[in-house]
Amino acid sequence: MIPRVTARRSILLAGTIAGVLFAAPAFSQQPPASAPPAAAPAAAPALPPGSPLIGRPEGNAAAAKLAPIASPPLPAAADKLPTAKLKLPPGFNIEVYASGIANTRSLRVGDKGTVFVGTRLGNKVTAIVKKDGKTEIKTIAEGLYRPNGLAYHKGTLYIAELSQISKIDNVEANLDKPPKPTVIYTDLPKDEAHGWKFIAIGPDEKLYIPVGQPGNNVLHDNDHGQIRRINLDGSGRENVAVGVRNTVGFDWNPVNKQLYFSDNGRDWLSEDVPQDELNRVTKVGQHFGAPYCYQGNFLDPEFGWGHSCREFEPPVMLTGPHAAGLGMRFNTGKMFPAKYKNAIFLARRGSWNRSVKFGGDVVAIFLNKDGTVKSSEPFITGFIDNNNYLGRPVDVEFMADGSMLLSDDWNGAIYRITYGKAQVAGR
Amino acid sequence: MNTIDIGRRIAVAVVLLCSANQSLLGETVAERAAPCLACHGETGQSENPEVPSLGGQPAPYLLIQLYMFREKQRASPAKKDDPMIQVMTEMTTRFTDDDLRNFSDFVARLPAPKPPADAGDADRMQRAAALITQNRCNSCHNLDLAGRDNVPHIANQREDYLVRTMREYKSNDRRGYDGAMAEVLAPVNDQQILDLAYYISRFR
Repeated sequence: MIPRVTARRSILLAGTIAGVLFAAPAFSQQPPASAPPAAAPAAAPALPPGSPLIGRPEGNAAAAKLAPIASPPLPAAADKLPTAKLKLPPGFNIEVYASGIANTRSLRVGDKGTVFVGTRLGNKVTAIVKKDGKTEIKTIAEGLYRPNGLAYHKGTLYIAELSQISKIDNVEANLDKPPKPTVIYTDLPKDEAHGWKFIAIGPDEKLYIPVGQPGNNVLHDNDHGQIRRINLDGSGRENVAVGVRNTVGFDWNPVNKQLYFSDNGRDWLSEDVPQDELNRVTKVGQHFGAPYCYQGNFLDPEFGWGHSCREFEPPVMLTGPHAAGLGMRFNTGKMFPAKYKNAIFLARRGSWNRSVKFGGDVVAIFLNKDGTVKSSEPFITGFIDNNNYLGRPVDVEFMADGSMLLSDDWNGAIYRITYGKAQVAGR
Repeated sequence: MNTIDIGRRIAVAVVLLCSANQSLLGETVAERAAPCLACHGETGQSENPEVPSLGGQPAPYLLIQLYMFREKQRASPAKKDDPMIQVMTEMTTRFTDDDLRNFSDFVARLPAPKPPADAGDADRMQRAAALITQNRCNSCHNLDLAGRDNVPHIANQREDYLVRTMREYKSNDRRGYDGAMAEVLAPVNDQQILDLAYYISRFR
């Protein structure tokens, strides 16, 4: 299934991505061969809704070692970054674009080339400006609460905190003295669980805002477990997709303008099931299954009773168990070879709820003309070493020249990926 | 003397100590940490109301807390003027990243606090032990409640500090590094918080 990658590389990389590869195209006809029957005992009733430990089996030594892994608060020094250990297909180069920015998450690029960076654990939005070979890092907003999500549209930067959206107009002209962000939307739940946000502006010039399921495996109301859209003035809310557990990345297919989004499966069910999903919205308001049906063919042992997975939209691809596929973009630039045109690049931050870590890479996903998934292959690997993270990929974004940026919140760094003769940014 | 008075006195003392400290660059971390230990306890065990014992804390947890104090991320807007918060902001505001790392590593070497002689009321201890299991405190804090990595050592922490901390997590007045404690405490009521603190402070 791996189209012409050099043989040795494909063998090396195949192991790390097996979960992605076996899953995809024939999926809606038959369940993936890996799906074992559900075996986990029911969750202890006393666990609070939202606890990441819901469903954790008692008395299991391997499971007792698993808890969410916190990123270090301080960014890694530039000479400690793992770029030399990362592997890419032949002809691609990776370099450090910027470092020393704590907990780098969502990335957006302005019309003049400014790179904007959101954060989940910090309280600032940062702008990176390359000028005369020098890198300037500017704080353009601070004192925010989990400003993870960013969108850029016609000169305006939109910022998503945990429970409100704000904007800075004409942002690139005001990087040195930015005005305080203007709040445009506050009609959002305040749950901490899956409350941080990825946002984007669609081809319909509306702002798309996800609200995660407020816990590992819980029922949600009309305000949770969804992607909604609003007009840019905050009006006209409409739920575009529901049954969404937690998406932290989406983008629109440049060919058919359909919305594709990553979604993370539930924890504590098993090492391998359910897998994360890549989904496609073909009709406004579609239900993608959570918390009743995960990975399109697996009824949740707690909430699935009385349901069938046929009630819900199946994913177009399974992206691996606990892999945490987050940021994704379609590549419309001209720098990468033709085979990557309109391909999806998906950053998988990597698992915590799995004994052997899975993900921690960037994968390229190729689509058929009808928008279904044709194949996928590893693009950047090497973030997991001896079952430890050397870094954790969060978001990808393309620059005007077709090069790709990748954020790594573990190290507080942003990498730039180019194709062809090695180039150095900003020179 | 109530908490606020204590906080104010500490604040004044700390500001004085800090200003003295600034002129003595080149001191060892142990010397610079003297004002910290004056309140938190030189042996890792605090004798001051609502001031936590720092002994036995994992360095990654200490680093996260110092970072959050420096960045003014530890308290919600409602708690910004809390004297304890102000003290810690003042202590850390001029810390470099290396200071944060060095202090974390230094403090992490202090011995863990010891259980009190009072073994506690057996019924209440048993009731609280069930709450620990129910709420899976010991999944992340470990069976011995000694924590790991970013998860703090809570065994034999001061009871008053545990009560205050759990109440503040529950009300979102203490903002966690992530949302884990706010989630976990959502269904725990105040009597249960008191029982948990009673048990954890007497854990052996």
